[in-house]
Amino acid sequence: MAHAEPAVPAILADVKPAVLPRPALVENHRSFAWITEKICGIVEGKTPVWWWWCFAVACFIACFTVAGISYAVAVGIGVWGHRTPVNWGWPIVNFVFWIGIGHAGTLISAILCLLRQKWRTSINRAAEAMTIFAVVCAGIFPVFHVGRVWYAWFLFPLPNSNYIWPQFRSPLEWDVFAVSTYGTVSVLFWYVGMIPDLATLRDRFASVGKKFRARLYGFFAMGWRGSARGWSNYEMAYLILAGIATPLVLSVHTIVSFDFAVSLIPGWHTTIFPPYFVAGAIFSGFGMVLTLMLPLRAIYKLEDLITQYHIDCMCKITLATGSMVGYAYAMEFFIAWYSANPYEGFTFINRAFGPYAWAYWIMISCNVITPQLFWFKSVRRNTTLVWVLSLFVNLGMWFERFVIICTSLTRDFLPSSWGYFSPTVVDIFTFFGTFGVFSVLFLLFIRFLPVMAIAELKAVTPQADPHAGAGHS
Amino acid sequence: MPEPKYGLIATFATTAEIYHAAEAVRDAGYRNWDCITPMPVHGLDGAMGVRRSIVPRISLAGGITGFCTGMSMIFYMNGFDYRLTVGGKPFFSPLYAFPVSYELTILFTAFATIGGMFFLNGLTKLYHPVLKYENIRRGMDDLFFLVIEASDPRFHAINTRALLEEIGGRDITELEA
Repeated sequence: MAHAEPAVPAILADVKPAVLPRPALVENHRSFAWITEKICGIVEGKTPVWWWWCFAVACFIACFTVAGISYAVAVGIGVWGHRTPVNWGWPIVNFVFWIGIGHAGTLISAILCLLRQKWRTSINRAAEAMTIFAVVCAGIFPVFHVGRVWYAWFLFPLPNSNYIWPQFRSPLEWDVFAVSTYGTVSVLFWYVGMIPDLATLRDRFASVGKKFRARLYGFFAMGWRGSARGWSNYEMAYLILAGIATPLVLSVHTIVSFDFAVSLIPGWHTTIFPPYFVAGAIFSGFGMVLTLMLPLRAIYKLEDLITQYHIDCMCKITLATGSMVGYAYAMEFFIAWYSANPYEGFTFINRAFGPYAWAYWIMISCNVITPQLFWFKSVRRNTTLVWVLSLFVNLGMWFERFVIICTSLTRDFLPSSWGYFSPTVVDIFTFFGTFGVFSVLFLLFIRFLPVMAIAELKAVTPQADPHAGAGHS
Repeated sequence: MPEPKYGLIATFATTAEIYHAAEAVRDAGYRNWDCITPMPVHGLDGAMGVRRSIVPRISLAGGITGFCTGMSMIFYMNGFDYRLTVGGKPFFSPLYAFPVSYELTILFTAFATIGGMFFLNGLTKLYHPVLKYENIRRGMDDLFFLVIEASDPRFHAINTRALLEEIGGRDITELEA
């Protein structure tokens, strides 16, 4: 089926609009072979010394999670800072924080794919990896938060000795399905996107006689040969996956927000939560993408593939979603006043001026003020500054979840039941360690898998267009 | 010249070359042939006369299965096998069953899409005759190939080779089965 040429309006002949050049997605006119060599070279080369150092540090940090969890399981979750009225403290903050980070990966791979934003190709692979590893870190918290982790399988609809099934009216049960579907589909999407690149690696290892590695990558490449008939099915499948991952990512954080919004707690029971949570998730996720990609770009000299244009795009999305989050904060305050509900009104005054005011103002300054700096081109062009600002975004979004959960729970309806939440050392260890878990997984990814979608990158180069300069009609 | 066992393979250097070659082979009426490209070439399926992929149908079947699985699972568990009274509400309502069914729709669609793609592409493929061609490894790097199979009714050892030469194919080689 040939593609129909779009009709050209007659007026264009008279007005002669200027042709605005599109920014190059791969700079310096790099060839196909250069792209292959660049990305595969990272996997094929000798393990760099910095990698071993980072890996060792990441493993050490990950031990904190192992220690924290082991202690909590051995002694009981009384070792955490949870006390009535705050029974949803630290682990749920961390769960929402990590799951939110994952969302930018799916946004880049799915939503930007549907919107035909070709700049996604150089960052989507790493962003999807980030999604999966973030979901792994997120999953740790609710599983251990159930208290008796050996009963965590009760969350799934499996026959158990009490003959009771899960209660499907609860958003917490919806969350089980949303998050496990999200994790599974993210892995599938990532893997399918990687099959052609694994085939490239297989062929390269085979041609230099490294049989074991050729077999290993060949096993996962599943015999992919780059057949055009195969590409036709592949591209269709990829498009459908993008099409279903888009409503998936929106639904996951909507359901996470339902965990709060469906309750009656002041500050939680609001209809703005689903869009506000989704915007916040994408905001935090782009913060993390910038945090990860900028060092990667510098270490592996990927400036021709992750260009200034890519950084600009990411900063602008961070700015847009950050502004949405800022709008949501303002709107929450307005509705709290407008609703004339004294509990709702008190909660928001309490957030800004109560015992957790310090957390609230950290959140506001990181999430509302920081991204506004991305309006300036000079800021977006200063890679170091962008990286530092992305750290503030991550910090601010963690505090957002902390503020939402802790301020609402510590002071709800009856002053007689008010309290104050402080994390214990075990809480802090467990959370701190998840950065190690995440880093270990991410370091393994950049060492052993193609960090960029090689085939997709080739497809966005000028020479990939069969009609470019060939005068094809 | 002996009849080649699997077919003929020709090499092309650019996307424009493989695109026009594919158009020529399609117009010559061949059926059992394929291109090998390191990335999806925009419009090549059209130039080859490949019909629109049927993966979406498989995906749709997967999605419907997922939705029905979710709804019927929740009806069976909460509305039939062990009825739970929660807030005096009906034992089953499609409204509260919707979020989980929605997630299962997506989950099953994803598996059906990928399974369908694997099935239609014949993956996992342990062997293919083109793999004996030494240069094929660059087919996942920077070269483009066009393979016409000997099983094609129009295949002719001399004429097909002439066609490939005419459309600009280089290093035309016979492939063993």
